[in-house]
Amino acid sequence: MAVILNKKHNFIFLKTNIMKQFKFLFIISFISLSACAQKNKSTVEAEAPTDINYTTEIVVPELDIPWGFVFLPDGALLITEKTGELIHFKNGKKTIIEGLPEVFLRGQGGLLDIELHPDYSKNGWLYITYASSDGEGEGGNTALIRAKLNDNKLTAIEHLYKASPNSKLPYHFGSRIEFDNDGFLYFSIGERGNRDENPQDVTRDCGKIYRLNADGSIPKDNPFVTTPNAKTAIFSYGHRNPQGMVKHPETGKIWVHEHGPRGGDEINIIQKGKNFGWPIISYGINYSGTTFTEKTALPGMEQPLFYWVPSIAPSGMTFITSNIYPNWKGNLLVGSLKFQYIERLVLNNNKVIKREKLLEGMGRVRNVRQGPDGYIYAALEGVGIVKIVPNK
Amino acid sequence: MKVLNYIASFVILSFILISYTTEKANYKPHKLLKNKELQESIKRGNQIYSDFCMSCHLPNGKGIKNTYPPLANSDYLKNNRKASIKGLKYGLKGEISVNGNIYNSYMSPMGLSDDEIADVMNYINHSWRNDYGKIVTEKEVHEIIK
Repeated sequence: MAVILNKKHNFIFLKTNIMKQFKFLFIISFISLSACAQKNKSTVEAEAPTDINYTTEIVVPELDIPWGFVFLPDGALLITEKTGELIHFKNGKKTIIEGLPEVFLRGQGGLLDIELHPDYSKNGWLYITYASSDGEGEGGNTALIRAKLNDNKLTAIEHLYKASPNSKLPYHFGSRIEFDNDGFLYFSIGERGNRDENPQDVTRDCGKIYRLNADGSIPKDNPFVTTPNAKTAIFSYGHRNPQGMVKHPETGKIWVHEHGPRGGDEINIIQKGKNFGWPIISYGINYSGTTFTEKTALPGMEQPLFYWVPSIAPSGMTFITSNIYPNWKGNLLVGSLKFQYIERLVLNNNKVIKREKLLEGMGRVRNVRQGPDGYIYAALEGVGIVKIVPNK
Repeated sequence: MKVLNYIASFVILSFILISYTTEKANYKPHKLLKNKELQESIKRGNQIYSDFCMSCHLPNGKGIKNTYPPLANSDYLKNNRKASIKGLKYGLKGEISVNGNIYNSYMSPMGLSDDEIADVMNYINHSWRNDYGKIVTEKEVHEIIK
């Protein structure tokens, strides 16, 4: 009898337990479903062009990951391959430039951007960012040097900046370099996969846009020069992984874009001392589909000029200032690694009003620049550097 | 009420069953592993996979058709052990055929050390029901040259 009672009791217990579990599961599924929900999509969607009025021409063939490239006054190109080769290209001939410091190759880190001093033809200074294992600790972090080019060799190398601490994580090294009209040098470093410590703390490197004088010294009016323990090279903070940077041709302001996680890539106009919010505010969610913040806006944090949901994985950006392409003057071009196209963004009063896909399906777009000849050049992974030629 | 109970039990059971089997497929090889060394290596390889491989080849190892080849149930991986290790060490360029589809995306070298390559190979070779060959060792990776 006791056994039977016990069994009955067990059965009842099981039933109530199942009901409890059922409710619990229902709640869990509800939570996970809502957590998977995407945040707001981009305000403007990317369209395929109605007709294509251009062709492409391969200028530099056979490159793997051509991260950065610059045009030298004599018409040659200098190209950085992420795996650590600096390539000089002239009249169809590639030459490897020797004398680079040792590059720390890991995940997204390697040889990164290259830029010329605005007075390059007079002073010969080249600026390069790369991942470096210099300094203490295992792993590496982003560094900036300047050097001169002599007989296919880098000479007079000056080490201008090295972020710390080193990390073995393979994420978010940045990097792009740009000069403004006053001769200040800006460069970006991503938050190195340390989302919760780096980007919001100005006493730490990473997740920042930096501003230096061209010789690497800290400008006297940098925003955090009087902040205790701050990294005084910081110009703005709260960034995730900026891999596009360009000076606006009219305002002279520095425009930057950065990778979000799943959704939430952004375009920002950099402002002195401002917090751009990562990861406290974001239009993105985790790769897994869960959320890390509900907030897309907070006082004291800047709103992006534009955000991409879904992410396009932006890399490289340029403004079209030439008259070569009918109707494209003043447009912003951004490379998409993920969708393998160049996005042409039409702006009106700093608002994106149209997005169009160019060069779709030709390869992951690592960089895009307007050359001194006014033509648009794009660096495509596994392809090389191509030139966009309008139809006559 | 009774009917509701049956439905509830059914839903719960299937839920548990589904989550169990998908978990299993994601994280565990389909065979019980006796080799502790291999188990440890796979565990480390799981972290390397998340950090270096997952964004292209995806958590389920299925990749993206015509862009990033699958690693789960991949004839290339199964039949080209040496070339796979070499690809991780020095990068993989040019056309390859995986399960009858052609892939021609460039995979850059990730800067992994020999022991890390061994670990991630072991993870890939023994995940998503893959069961490809014996343990990959640091020595084996070290001996593969460009």
